[in-house]
Amino acid sequence: MEPLKNIESLAYIIPEIVLVVFAVAVIIFDLFVKDNESDWVAYLSLIGIGCSLIAIFITNSLVDINKPISLFLGMIRLDGFAIFFKILLLLATAATILFSLRSEELDVRLKGEYHTLLLAVTFGMFLMASSTNLLMIFISLETVSLTSYILAGFLTHSPRSSEAAFKYITYGAVASGTMLFGLSLLFGMAGTGDITQISSQIATVLESGDVSALGVLIAITFILAGIGYKIASVPFHMWSPDVYEGAPIPITAFLSVASKAAGFALFLRFFYTGFDTPEIIQSIDWRLLLAIVSALTMTVGNLAALPQRNVKRLLAYSSIAHGGYLLMGAALLTPEGLGAIIFYLIVYLFMNLGAFYVVVLIANESGSEMIEGYRGLSSRAPYVAGAMAIFLFSLTGIPPFAGFFGKWLLFNAVISEDLYWLAFIGLLNSVVSLYYYARIIKAMYLESAEDTDIFSFSKSTFALLGVFVVPTILIGFLNIFYSLSKKITLP
Amino acid sequence: MSLQHYLVISSILFTLGIFAVLTRKNAISILMGIELILNSCNLNFVAFSRFVEPAKNIVGRDDYLLDGQIIAIFGIVLAAAEAAVFLAIILAIYREFGSIRPDEVDTLKG
Repeated sequence: MEPLKNIESLAYIIPEIVLVVFAVAVIIFDLFVKDNESDWVAYLSLIGIGCSLIAIFITNSLVDINKPISLFLGMIRLDGFAIFFKILLLLATAATILFSLRSEELDVRLKGEYHTLLLAVTFGMFLMASSTNLLMIFISLETVSLTSYILAGFLTHSPRSSEAAFKYITYGAVASGTMLFGLSLLFGMAGTGDITQISSQIATVLESGDVSALGVLIAITFILAGIGYKIASVPFHMWSPDVYEGAPIPITAFLSVASKAAGFALFLRFFYTGFDTPEIIQSIDWRLLLAIVSALTMTVGNLAALPQRNVKRLLAYSSIAHGGYLLMGAALLTPEGLGAIIFYLIVYLFMNLGAFYVVVLIANESGSEMIEGYRGLSSRAPYVAGAMAIFLFSLTGIPPFAGFFGKWLLFNAVISEDLYWLAFIGLLNSVVSLYYYARIIKAMYLESAEDTDIFSFSKSTFALLGVFVVPTILIGFLNIFYSLSKKITLP
Repeated sequence: MSLQHYLVISSILFTLGIFAVLTRKNAISILMGIELILNSCNLNFVAFSRFVEPAKNIVGRDDYLLDGQIIAIFGIVLAAAEAAVFLAIILAIYREFGSIRPDEVDTLKG
């Protein structure tokens, strides 16, 4: 299929264009807003996200999902996979903006910059989900990283936040530099930057003996450093607990969901289109390498979460562990694995963002992020406590909540590939994770606080909480999500 | 000069960069290490672009692989952007901690 030329491609990237236009509009609009306390900047960026969502559905009608279109001379590709991730990322960004409206830690003077950066990072993630060229992969990854560094350090006069940004950029810059080195080696071996052709090119040079399998392995390991850092997989996860703890809570929620989802989009497209031919798998067994990384990631994440007292840090380790579960599906390189990951990402979006929303609410009311701040929550704020319990049970994977069905699909895909040991490790990890999630539930329901004031929340707070609770309960029972996850494929 | 010469030089640069990042006790020196890493990648791209025969069947390409040179230009731009953000964050760190030594900026633990 012939890639479209630059001008012809413009009609297909309207969602991206809308985001950029609104990102610029927001910062200009902010100059004219006199009242620092007004929320109009946030509403304008929400309108931008809404317009982008509508544009996605319009361009969607132009495209046949089974016939992907290659745009900008093969730089990016528009297919069902990219469209799914764009919608997921927009939802996560919208939720982040709503959290920021509620959160009391953000500086009101810098609203314009904050929302512009959020829209810009979403734009970068759109490109991450659709890039099919080594150059585009690197540029989109850097766009997302650079804006995330600034967002993580957004709390001026907070040492924690500055430290988070510093650690984030030190790890991030080295990881992306290492990745670029790997990309350069891969580019040299394949003689092309187009990942749809790399697969066959590498197979040819491997066969002719120009390049040894070891060379390809080194290049891919370097590239894994960059992608693995984005999805916080072991051994590139060190930054994530510190950054998640220091960053503003809405940004922590954003990084743990959207950044991870975009990283997985890049990871999946790279491995499913670049390295799935039998010739390559024969000479280098990616699947074993990825399976081991996945097992390590979930074990380290869960074990390190056990002694945590800070709920934000605990959720950071839990999100590392969930990255490990998702990697389990990615390691298979099968359509079932892909479907399971897509279903799990939908579930993860709602349950993890919901849990972080409760953390925002409790931090506002009690000023504490520690587990002690959750004591007696069942009597102080019964609905919020109930919602938190649902999110935590779902994160553990207890039926009938959606997390259970997500895990069930993942384990099913793993077992159908005969990787019983991996499924067993995953199962053990789920049991371990119950311990630390249950500690929060125990604090909420069985322990009593010294302070027994009732927390009061507005109606809109409960409405937003409901937006996360209802899907967390229902997704597992709706057939549409299962058929959606089956429909999305990569060539 | 053959391709090997360039690759050896870029590998040395890359290793020096990683070494600087791991051993230096000053944030600015770490930034220098990162710049070394990025420049070694650019050298790699340009060298490959000059010496490697391009893959066949690519639309609109002849017998010369220009992609590498283009990627190197983008690499330089991104390195500059990264340096700008890094220096801004180092300033913020200095304001809060009065030091830019990474081992003194270590309050988040657990």
